[in-house]
Amino acid sequence: MRARHAAEGARRAREFEAFVAGAGGRLLHAATLLTAEAPDDNPRARRLLTLVLAHTYACWGRLHGEDPYNHARQHLATRFAHGAWHQYGTLTRTRPTGALARLTPQERLILVLRLYEGVAEEQVAALLGLPSERVHTICDRATATLLHPPRKRPAAVVGAKAATS
Amino acid sequence: MNRSEREAAVRQIMERAVPRMPPELHADVVRRGSRMLRRRTLARRLLWLLLFAAVVGFTVWAVTVQPWVEPPSETTPPLTDW
Repeated sequence: MRARHAAEGARRAREFEAFVAGAGGRLLHAATLLTAEAPDDNPRARRLLTLVLAHTYACWGRLHGEDPYNHARQHLATRFAHGAWHQYGTLTRTRPTGALARLTPQERLILVLRLYEGVAEEQVAALLGLPSERVHTICDRATATLLHPPRKRPAAVVGAKAATS
Repeated sequence: MNRSEREAAVRQIMERAVPRMPPELHADVVRRGSRMLRRRTLARRLLWLLLFAAVVGFTVWAVTVQPWVEPPSETTPPLTDW
C-alpha cells in the first residue's frame, strides 16, 4: 500500500515537472503581458505564475482528466483580476515598460485571453462575469489603443506591421 | 484594415519579446504547492476531529441528561389524603 502510494506520488511529480517544462514558458509570457512588465525584469509576473502553478500542483490529483493548462490559465486570469486593482494598478502606472503598458489591467486581461491565448469570447465573458458584448467592446477598444496610440510611437508600430503583413 | 489584420498585428506586438524561464521556478512551485497540500490536509483533519469531538460530546450529554424523558411535575402537589 505504502509502496504504491509512493509510486503514485513519483508519477505525479514527473507529470507535473513535464507540465511546467512544457507550459511554463507560455504562461510566464502571458503573466508578463498581464502585469505589463519588461520581459527581462518581471518579478510580479514570476510571483503570480509561482502562486498559480503551486495551486495547480495542489489540485493535480483532483483534475480528473481536465486540461491542467486550462486550469492554470483560468486561475491565472481570476487571480490577476482579483489582485489587479489594489496591487498592480498604481505600480504599473508609474513604471510602464511592457508591450501592453498603455492599457488598463482589465483591457490587458481581455486582450491576452482573447488574442494571445485564443480563448473564445463567451468563455472570457463567463470567466470574468461580464456580458460578451462588453468583452467584444473592450477587446476592440484595447486593440485600437494599442495600434493607434494617442500620442507617442504611432509610426513605429504601423511601419512594422506594414512591413510584415 | 479589417478585424483579422488588426488582431494579427496585436498578436505580433504581444509575441515580440519572450521572457526567459527562471531556473528555480519548478522547485519554488513544488515547495509552495506541497505546503499548500500539507495545510489542506491539516485543516481537513482538524475539521474531522472537531466533528468527531462534537458527536462524542453530544452523545455523552444526551445519555446523561436524557432530554426525551418527561421531567417529574413540580407544579401540582402530590395527592395524598382524600
